[in-house]
Amino acid sequence: MNFHRSFAHGVHPEGHTEQTEHLPIQRLPFVKRYILPLGQHLGAPAKPTIKIGERVQRGQQIAEAGAFVSTTLHSPVTGWVRAVEPRRHPNGKLQAAIEIEADPYATQRLETKPSIDWKALSSNEFITHVQKAGIVGMGGAAFPSHVKYAVPDGMHIKHLIINGAECEPYLTNDHRLMLERPDTLLQGIEIVRQKIGAEQATIGVELNKADAIALLQKHIKQGNYEHIQVAPLRVKYPQGAEKMLIKSLFDIEIPAGQLPRDVGITVNNVGTIIAIADYFNIGMPLLERIVTVSGPGVEQPANLIVPLGTPVRELLKFCGGLKDTTCEVIMGGPMMGLPIASFDVPILKGSSGILAFTAAETSKPKEYSCIRCGRCLEACPHFLNPSRLARLSKAGWYTDMTQFKAMDCVECGACTFSCPSGIPIVQLIKVGKMEIRKASAASK
Amino acid sequence: MKSKDPKLVVQTAPFLVQGLTTPQAMLDVIYVLIPITIASIWFFGISALLILLACIAGAVLTEWIFSSIRKSLWDGSAILTGLLLGLTLPPSLPLWMAFVGSIVGVGLGKMMWGGLGNNLFNPALLGRAFLLANFPIAMTTWATHSTGLFNVYPSTLAMPFMQSNVDAVTSATPLGLMKFQHQDSAFTDLLLGSTTGSFGETCGLLIILGGIYLILRRSIDWRIPAAILSTVVIFSGLLFLFDSARYPSPLFTVFSGGLLFGTFFMATDPVTSPLTPKGAWLFGIGIGLLVVLIRVFGGFPEGTMYAILLMNATVPLIERYTQPRAFGHGGSTK
Repeated sequence: MNFHRSFAHGVHPEGHTEQTEHLPIQRLPFVKRYILPLGQHLGAPAKPTIKIGERVQRGQQIAEAGAFVSTTLHSPVTGWVRAVEPRRHPNGKLQAAIEIEADPYATQRLETKPSIDWKALSSNEFITHVQKAGIVGMGGAAFPSHVKYAVPDGMHIKHLIINGAECEPYLTNDHRLMLERPDTLLQGIEIVRQKIGAEQATIGVELNKADAIALLQKHIKQGNYEHIQVAPLRVKYPQGAEKMLIKSLFDIEIPAGQLPRDVGITVNNVGTIIAIADYFNIGMPLLERIVTVSGPGVEQPANLIVPLGTPVRELLKFCGGLKDTTCEVIMGGPMMGLPIASFDVPILKGSSGILAFTAAETSKPKEYSCIRCGRCLEACPHFLNPSRLARLSKAGWYTDMTQFKAMDCVECGACTFSCPSGIPIVQLIKVGKMEIRKASAASK
Repeated sequence: MKSKDPKLVVQTAPFLVQGLTTPQAMLDVIYVLIPITIASIWFFGISALLILLACIAGAVLTEWIFSSIRKSLWDGSAILTGLLLGLTLPPSLPLWMAFVGSIVGVGLGKMMWGGLGNNLFNPALLGRAFLLANFPIAMTTWATHSTGLFNVYPSTLAMPFMQSNVDAVTSATPLGLMKFQHQDSAFTDLLLGSTTGSFGETCGLLIILGGIYLILRRSIDWRIPAAILSTVVIFSGLLFLFDSARYPSPLFTVFSGGLLFGTFFMATDPVTSPLTPKGAWLFGIGIGLLVVLIRVFGGFPEGTMYAILLMNATVPLIERYTQPRAFGHGGSTK
């Protein structure tokens, strides 16, 4: 196997991780109110199982999975259910959410349950447990993890990949997790690896996290984990994109329209694995996550353990507030994250970062004509022709975009990043994809 | 946090961009052309400078007139087009012709197509082709090097549409000598520029250095010069091996005339060359073949301009057949 390998194309944004990579993870104190949107991820929203006014314990189920592609939601605090009504979601829409008021006199100690004997579980039971634990991909997309483990009959997962690439600039939550909880991570990997029947597990980590690579290697040796290895990866965006990571590690190109499982691989984020380990070890479902609060607009950047549903305002307040020059706040990474319009939107299961930018970073370059320089072609990890796609989208020729494989676009934004003419290429492609989906839905 | 929330801008991802902008890329090329410009003024005197200024004035003026419709004056492309056109003109060309050529180049070659990024043909070369078609004598009269830095050829200041007295001391270009008198030129002369010719094209050394700089800065696609030069060397080399008395050596072919200038500064114009990597190779190979064909078998001593313009016309076709193979659609990406 080739280490230090990488996929072809891609871009090299500056890492900007120096603000937070050396800061140990801190716990954000409990706040008064928590807002938990029922739709936390792709798939069906969860269905509330509580009544307004009801007292809930920290870790108690408050909503159950609405379908197979959906997960359970748990109360992040002990307190009372105050409302089940539409609230502002980070995506800007009003969406059904549960509001919980924390009991200021409660200890907020999690009722520790005996660890679950995961070795005795069948693979179906394991999948149900993961769904019940509310676990989703913690890298940002928040895809329900149990769905990945439920492979169709006849398919066999040979390899588990742990995504520790963390290729988005500014974010350091996975980096800190690898440094601070290597043993939990390795335990979690063993659980998942054995339960899905994979022979090998590989942790892919970008070389800019050399300390994490060395530490994990040391702990693998100490713990005698013979089925786990660490693979250093070249620092490049989007190294952490599932298909790119697989290409980098195994030189396998997943055919368009297929999933990693079709080639016998499952990819899980570092945070996801740790959440699974926590669930099986101490019975803690997904209640909280690590959030990197960083960016030039934040007074005191930090890596925080944040209960789900905490309003962004509370995180920023804890970090000393925003500088006056701040004019943009992003949830997630700066390449694929979501801009937020209100400080009252909550942290979701997939919120990896809260980044504040000042005018220096947000002032988009003036848009010039496309000079066909070809930089976007050399940036696109999927080997598309973004220049052409953007031009077609601008012209409204959406059907022609299909021919140029618009639907293969993973929306990583490398094209827009690389464009000297300041053309919003990926944004135009997203519009085109939306129109193509609308048209194909209408024709059905 | 302050009592009042700051106003937030809401844009879509990605929120970061790399630093380079299109005007900077244009400036990069202009910077590289400065040493070549200075060399040409050194060789051909103030006349060269005046012609360049006339071309830039024509280009910027045309762009400005059209800019009232499309705000595009400050992307730097007009100045670059003017400069590129000027550097490919003979040093004794009357100023008014240079001015008109530049207007035609930018007007017909670029703005009529919808401005920067939409044109099929290289605007500077289109302007030059227009001049060669309309003023064949002035465009093929090659004044010798100036006697001093302040030299102004009499024909430089000729009045529009009056018969220009081409009374400068003239001499055939190395290509002309080769074509019509079968006379080789010294390689050092070609490299350092002490020959006659279009005044920006004579100094091969500066052009190569500038080209390498642009390739290292990734301002131009390295594939195009690589394809052109290797094709020219191979094709002319085969001819030379076949009959070295009749055909010029590959070294002469590469360093004479406008080939180097065209290779590094004209063919690599991103707008009029293929976007796709494979397309860039095909485009360059096509230019290389055409240059040698025109020079050796055609009526003109020089063929770079026509070779590039002809290949410009094939770009949409080339691109259609060289779209990148998307990830996960068979084969392997490297």
